[in-house]
Amino acid sequence: MTQGFDTPQNHFQLFGLAQSFQLDNAQLELAFRALQAQVHPDKSAHLPDTEQRIAMQRSTLVNEAYQTLRSPIRRARYMLSLQGVDTQEETNTAMPLDFLMAQMEWREAVADAQQARDAEAIGQLEARMKDETGKLEAMLAIKIDSEHDYAVAAGLVRKLRFMEKLAEEIDSAYDELDS
Amino acid sequence: MPTLRFNMALLQISEPGLSTAPHQHRLAVGIDLGTTNSLVATVRNGISVVLNDEHGRAMLPSVVRYAADGHVAVGESAQAAQSDDPVNTIVSAKRFMGRGLADIGDTSRLPYRFVEVPALGETGQGGMVQLRTVAGAKSPVEVSAEILKVLRARAEAALGGELVGAVITVPAYFDDAQRQATKDAAKLAGLNVLRLLNEPTAAAIAYGLDNASEGVYAVYDLGGGTFDISVLRLSRGVFEVLSANGDSALGGDDFDQRIHCWLLEKNQLSALSPQDTRLLLTLARAAKEQLTEHEEARITAVLSSGEVIDNLLTQDEFESLSKNLIQRTLQPLRRALRDAKLSVTDVKGVVMVGGATRMPQVQHAVGEFFGQTPLTNLDPDKVVALGAAIQANLLAGNRSSDEWLLLDVIPLSLGLETMGGLVEKIIPRNSTIPTARAQEFTTYKDGQTAMSLHVVQGERELVSDCRSLAKFELRGIPAMVAGAARIRVTFQVDADGLLNVAAREMGCGVEAAIVVKPSYGLSDAEITRMLQDSTQHAQDDMQARALREHQVEANQLLEAVGHALEQDGMLLEAEQRARIETQMRVLRDVLPLTDQRELKRAISALNETTVSFAQARMDKSVSLALSGKNISDLEVK
Repeated sequence: MTQGFDTPQNHFQLFGLAQSFQLDNAQLELAFRALQAQVHPDKSAHLPDTEQRIAMQRSTLVNEAYQTLRSPIRRARYMLSLQGVDTQEETNTAMPLDFLMAQMEWREAVADAQQARDAEAIGQLEARMKDETGKLEAMLAIKIDSEHDYAVAAGLVRKLRFMEKLAEEIDSAYDELDS
Repeated sequence: MPTLRFNMALLQISEPGLSTAPHQHRLAVGIDLGTTNSLVATVRNGISVVLNDEHGRAMLPSVVRYAADGHVAVGESAQAAQSDDPVNTIVSAKRFMGRGLADIGDTSRLPYRFVEVPALGETGQGGMVQLRTVAGAKSPVEVSAEILKVLRARAEAALGGELVGAVITVPAYFDDAQRQATKDAAKLAGLNVLRLLNEPTAAAIAYGLDNASEGVYAVYDLGGGTFDISVLRLSRGVFEVLSANGDSALGGDDFDQRIHCWLLEKNQLSALSPQDTRLLLTLARAAKEQLTEHEEARITAVLSSGEVIDNLLTQDEFESLSKNLIQRTLQPLRRALRDAKLSVTDVKGVVMVGGATRMPQVQHAVGEFFGQTPLTNLDPDKVVALGAAIQANLLAGNRSSDEWLLLDVIPLSLGLETMGGLVEKIIPRNSTIPTARAQEFTTYKDGQTAMSLHVVQGERELVSDCRSLAKFELRGIPAMVAGAARIRVTFQVDADGLLNVAAREMGCGVEAAIVVKPSYGLSDAEITRMLQDSTQHAQDDMQARALREHQVEANQLLEAVGHALEQDGMLLEAEQRARIETQMRVLRDVLPLTDQRELKRAISALNETTVSFAQARMDKSVSLALSGKNISDLEVK
């Protein structure tokens, strides 16, 4: 069994979790807290600088690993990188036409709802966006965990990146309503 | 006075193997450095208590008065003089911490003579503002340090010894410049800062440990000059901040201002003298406080012109005057919940913190927003200091049988200026700290050996709408063709929420030199001047003090390493152990001497020798932590 900081490792090993896109969030949370309870800088605030420095580095690493595994898109990106697959989110813009069309319609709908200051419409768009994101994530689980089809998975990550940007726009639409 | 009990079912975690040998109780305090009032608290016999002054008063008004002869009055006596001597009597200095003149807004409503200080970096924005007094220009950092010195003296007198350290609280929504200014003030006051702790988080510790709470809680903290909202999840001894939001320039003071403006309007007054301004502000505050318990408040005054003021303010009228101030607190509430991906119904309880939450209209608005009556069973003025003391006790290494873990976040995103004055976010808001992000940069010209980075903080897209934190210049990049150099810049946010930057050229591993120009920070020269100005330190023999501090550090280090060898010596090779023991001997030899530099060198030598040992011990405790959980499927396939 490989875990902890003593051997070269990946984020899954750090938390003692199986390397799988499908993930038990409760278990991840438990392992995260158990690790932070050991390495958090608050535990060594009274110790010499050396220990404080190591604690900060380790606590930072545990936080980074936790954030990566907790977010489906970041987890997928990370798992693909472990397989040597680049998701090409900046370079590969060849998306299916219907997907791009749908994205444009989404954005227009968000902009319209924001203009009309229609909180209900934004709420509906948000629900649809979450639904769509959930479907993409379910497909990712199949492609990564069962079929090991990493090229298709990378395409799904690129689609999820669009959904992530859409979520940001919905968020700022809410902010606009507030102000 | 509320007392705290440690009655929570807390995490049963294995002893981290890092603890030092059993030792005597280390004196540590929590300090709530407030806009209006400041407090100091400590844990005594397992109970957190606020330390009173010799007159039995817990709260020290955050007011500092400078006299021409160099005498500095702090607290009640300074407050008593604020109407007579408004220019030299600084109230609410916290609002100016890490702030430039442009941030303060309408300075005509404040009775001070502001001095604009140029920024250290060429960021196009001003540096931290100063206030001109009869004793010279004073930085808000110095003013705050005067308050901290009084609290330190109060604590040392009450506890009968020198403090090991202090936890100083800051508003959760304080940015890097404001946090750094607070830490500088503590250092200036001769305090060892164990941690900067967010005020709502401190309140949550006091509240959570006292009530054995589980679930999602919101802390609504409206202080004298700052507003914070934090959403936390309390679960089996872990206080996890999910999101923080707020307004670091909104507080009880603004309610006073509303009444002040109302008075000006009612009496058709304009351009008042500093004395009259201060007088009316003081009366406005008194009226605000009276309206908490009474339906109406009468405000009477005689101005320096002889004009008589006599007005009646009703609760209803005050409510309508302050309505949009309260509205301004609701927007951060919605954002904080959205960032935590929660809705109002997920919130189990709302804790009210800060004197301004006593106003009935505030309690009413918050109750309406969350659909439940806010919790006010802990004194809103004291709960922050009490929580800070509990954390200070833990950080000082005074272990109680119960343990808890605090996971806090950075409230505002950190970003870098990119082409066209746009911001590229590098660390998003509400990231759990400590956190770090590394980014690679390259040169765009042949033979380029320097590069400049501008770090900003905030959520807006334009650099000009965000707070400029610092300009970093990377120098000593080896000359190469354009695009060949790879400079890796690491942004590290520590557990105090403070940013540190390091850079390295990846191709040949050259450590690029970094010149930091904090936009609102203090230069070394300023800090030196402040230290010289500081009467406390002028009396102290700085050398002797530094030596004593190193001696304490050396003793602690020897104690810790000795204990570690006893407990985990088997993790070491014989040769490693011998090296550590040699360095311990060296340190013991120089300890009684008075050569500060030798001592410092021996301390770092021992520290360096024990790095791998410390790592090995942490690994051991980490494995214990995971294996102790008995989760069979922790196995990696």
